[in-house]
Amino acid sequence: MEVNQMQRSFLEYANVLFREGFLDGQFSQLQMLADESNPDFVVEVVSLFFEDSQKLLNDLTTTLDQQNVDFKKIDAHIHQLKGSSSSIGAQRVKNACIAFRNFCDQQNVEGLSFGSSITFAFLFQLEQQIVAAGGAIPILSEFS
Amino acid sequence: MELCNCIEPPWPAGELLMKYQYISDFFIALAYFSIPLELIYFVKKSAVFPYRWVLVQFGAFIVLCGATHLINLWTFTLHTKTVAVVMTTAKVLTAAVSCATALMLVHIIPDLLSVKTRELFLKNKAAELDREMGLIRTQEETGRHVRMLTHEIRSTLDRHTILKTTLVELGRTLGLEECALWMPTRTGLELQLSYTLRHQNPVGFTVPIQLPVINQVFNTNRAVKISPNSPVARLRPTGMYMPGEVVAVRVPLLHLSNFQIHDWPELSTRRYALMVLMLPSDSARQWHVHELELVEVVADQVAVALSHAAILEESMKARDLLMEQNVALDHARREAETAVRARNDFLAVMNHEMRTPMHAIIALSSLLLETELTPEQRLMVETVLKSSNLLSTLINDVLDLSRLEDGSLKLEIGTFSLHTLFRETYNLIKPIASVKKLNFTLSLSSELPEFAIGDEKRLMQVLLNVVGNAVKFTKEGSISVSAFVAKLDSLREFRAPDLISIPSDNHFYLRIEVKDTGLGINPQDLPKLFMKFVQSQPTKNSSGLGLAICKRFVNLMEGHICIESEGLGKGSTAIVIVKLGIPGRSNESKLSFVHKVPRNQVKPAFSGLKVVLMDDNSVGRMVTKGLLVHLGCDVLAVGSGDECVRVINHEHKVVFLDVSMPDVNSFEVAVRIHEKFSKRMDRPLIVALTGNTDRMTKENCRRVGMNGVLLKPVSVDKMRSALSELLEKGFFVESK
Repeated sequence: MEVNQMQRSFLEYANVLFREGFLDGQFSQLQMLADESNPDFVVEVVSLFFEDSQKLLNDLTTTLDQQNVDFKKIDAHIHQLKGSSSSIGAQRVKNACIAFRNFCDQQNVEGLSFGSSITFAFLFQLEQQIVAAGGAIPILSEFS
Repeated sequence: MELCNCIEPPWPAGELLMKYQYISDFFIALAYFSIPLELIYFVKKSAVFPYRWVLVQFGAFIVLCGATHLINLWTFTLHTKTVAVVMTTAKVLTAAVSCATALMLVHIIPDLLSVKTRELFLKNKAAELDREMGLIRTQEETGRHVRMLTHEIRSTLDRHTILKTTLVELGRTLGLEECALWMPTRTGLELQLSYTLRHQNPVGFTVPIQLPVINQVFNTNRAVKISPNSPVARLRPTGMYMPGEVVAVRVPLLHLSNFQIHDWPELSTRRYALMVLMLPSDSARQWHVHELELVEVVADQVAVALSHAAILEESMKARDLLMEQNVALDHARREAETAVRARNDFLAVMNHEMRTPMHAIIALSSLLLETELTPEQRLMVETVLKSSNLLSTLINDVLDLSRLEDGSLKLEIGTFSLHTLFRETYNLIKPIASVKKLNFTLSLSSELPEFAIGDEKRLMQVLLNVVGNAVKFTKEGSISVSAFVAKLDSLREFRAPDLISIPSDNHFYLRIEVKDTGLGINPQDLPKLFMKFVQSQPTKNSSGLGLAICKRFVNLMEGHICIESEGLGKGSTAIVIVKLGIPGRSNESKLSFVHKVPRNQVKPAFSGLKVVLMDDNSVGRMVTKGLLVHLGCDVLAVGSGDECVRVINHEHKVVFLDVSMPDVNSFEVAVRIHEKFSKRMDRPLIVALTGNTDRMTKENCRRVGMNGVLLKPVSVDKMRSALSELLEKGFFVESK
C-alpha cells in the first residue's frame, strides 16, 4: 500500500533525523501511536505542528516589528512553540526555543529576532528533510 | 760533844756556811716532798700516763731523798744515836731506791723517746690528710661548678645564649676579671673578638690566626697559660696595675659533617675558637690546677652545646623552608583549582553559546544554497558552509574532549544495527574514495550479531575518523575495512589479562581493522598519534584532536585502539576493539529507532475509559489525545479551562490538565471541578501534565487535590502504568 511505502521511507529518513539531532525519543513515541485505527497519526500531528509553528513564528515576527514590543506576548508564543515542539519531539526547535527564551527575559529584541530566525531555520530544515522523505506532508507546499 | 739546854746554840762566824747548808737542806727537802705531790696530782689528772709504776718508784726515791735531807737538818748539831741511825737508814734506803730507779730509767727513756717520735709522725700524717681533704673538697666544688655551668650552657639551644652564659658563669665561678671569646671569621684567616664578659658590645677586634701563641693553644686540648701582653689577651685598658695571669683554651667548633659513624672528628678538619680568661689584676692569685681543669671541661661542653645549637638551627631552617614550600604548593593548588573551575564554567557557557550561532550559520547557509544563486555565489556559499561545518566539528571536538577529560561524558547506550552502522560509513566514504580512485571494500564477518548495545553515535564517529584518516592519507591503492568478533587471544595482546572480561552472553568484543596502502607512519611518531594537538607532519590530522578523542571514546567503551605501520610509504593498519553488549531476546523495548512498521502493542487495557483532556497547545493536545486513544480511552479534548469545567460530567473518570498553560490557572480549574462534583463518588480523578520538575509544582498540585502528576514528555508505557495505578489506587506517585 502506498501508505505503508510512504511510512517505510519516512521511517528510513527518520533514522537520519534522529542521528542529526533533529528529532528525539518523543518522536518515536509518536510513531508507536500509529496503528490500524489511526494510520496517519504521525502525519497528521506533524502537519498540525508545522502549521501551528509557522503561524506562531509569523506572529512573533510581527510582534517584534512593532514599536512597543509586548514581551509577555512573545513569551507566550515561545512557550507555545516550545510546548508543541517538545510534544512532537522536534528537539532542535525545542532547544532553540529554550535558548532564545532568555532573550525574552532580558527584553533583548535583537536577540529575539535572531532566535526566531534560527528557529524558523530549524523548522524549515526539518520540513525539508521530511519533504525529501517523499512529499509526506502535502501541506508544506503552501509554505515553501 | 757538850749537851746544851740552849734552844738556839750560838752561831759562830764559821758557822755561816753551816747556816746556809741548813737552809738549803730545808728547801731541798721541801722541794723533794712537793715534787711527788705535784706528780701525783698531775698524773691523777691525766688518765693516759702509762708508767705508774715508774712514778711510784720515782716518788719513793724523791721522798726518801727528801727525808734524807730533812734528817740531815738534825745532824748539824749534836745529835743522838737514834738520829744517826735514822739518818743511816734513810740514806741506805734512798741509795737502794735510787739505784733501782736508775736501773729502771735505762729501760724507760728509749720508750718515752719513741713515743715522741710516733707523735710527730702522726702529726705529719694528720697534716697530710688535711691537705688531701682540702684538695678533694676543692675538686668536688669544681665538679659542682662544672655541672652547674654545663647545665646552664646546655639549657639553651641558642648559640648566643650559650656563649654568653659560659662567659658569665665562668667569670662568676672563678672570680675572673675578664673573659673573652675569639671566633674564627668566615675566611678562617682571622679571629674576631665576639664576646666579652664586661663589655656588652665588643668592638670587632681581629687578630690573624697564625700567631704562635694561638697555634700553641690550638695544638693542645689543655688550658695554656699565656702572657698578658699577647694580642689576644689585651682586653683591658692598660693601666698602672699588674695584670693577672691569663689562660687560654681552645673551643672546638663542630659541624654536622664532622660526625662520622665510626670515627670521631679528625683534627685536621676542625675549626677552633679561643677562650681567654684573665684573673683579677693586682691579686696574688695564681691559676690552680683544678681551675685549669674546670676551664678545659667547660670548653668541651661548650663545643658540644654549640654543635647542638647548630643542628637545631639547621633543622629549624629546613622546617621553615618546608613550610614555605607547603604554603606555595597550597597556593598553587588553589590556583589550579580555580583555573579548572573557571575553565569548566567557561566551557559550560561556551558549549551552549558556541553551538547556537554555529548551527544558525550552517542552517542558513544550507538554506541559501537552496535559493537561486550565480555559480560564483554558490561557490562562495559552499565554502562558507564547508568552513562552518569544519568549525562546528572542531568546536564539538574540543567541547567533547573537555568533557571526556573531566570524565563527565557518558556514553549514550542504545541498541543499534551493526550492519547499518557499517553500511552508513561505507556510503559516506565511498564517494570520496571513488574520487581519489581508491579501491574501497567493506567485509563483515558472518559471526557478527545483527544488533548490538552501545553508543552508536560515538562508535560511528570513531569509525568515520579512522576510515577518514585512511582515505585522507592514501594517494593510491586500496582501503579495506573488516569487522569481526575478536577472539580472546587477540584481546590479550593489548591489555592486561585481568582487565578483560571474558566475552559472554552479555557482551562481545568487536574488532575493526582498517588497512590502507597509504603514506604509512614513521615508527617514531606512532606513540604521538593519540596525543592531542601533536602533529607529526603538517598535513596529518587537521585538528590534532580527532584521534585523541577516538582513543577516549574507545577507552570509555572498554576497548583499545592502535595504529600499526611498517614505516613511511608502507601503508598502515588501524585496529579498533570495543566492547558491545548483546541485546536480549526481546529487542522491542530497547529500540530507539523503530525499524518495523509499528503495530498494536498491547490490547488496550482501558477500553472505553472516558477521559477529558485540557491543553491549549493544539499540537500537544493532539499528541496526548493520540496517546490516550492508543491506549483505548474515549477522549474529549478541550482547549480552555472554562470549556473543561463545562463539558465535564459524571461519566468522565479522569481529567488531564496541562499545567504549563500560561493563561489558564490549571489549579483554579481543578478547584472548580471539585466544586462541581460535591459528592466524592462522582468526582473524576485529576492528573496534571507538566514540564516542570520542581517541587513547588508538585506541592501546588497536591494542595489543590490533584490525584497525580505526570512529567512531559509522556511515553506510552508511562501513561499506561500511571493510568493503571491511578485506577487501582485512586492516585499515583510519579517516581521521576
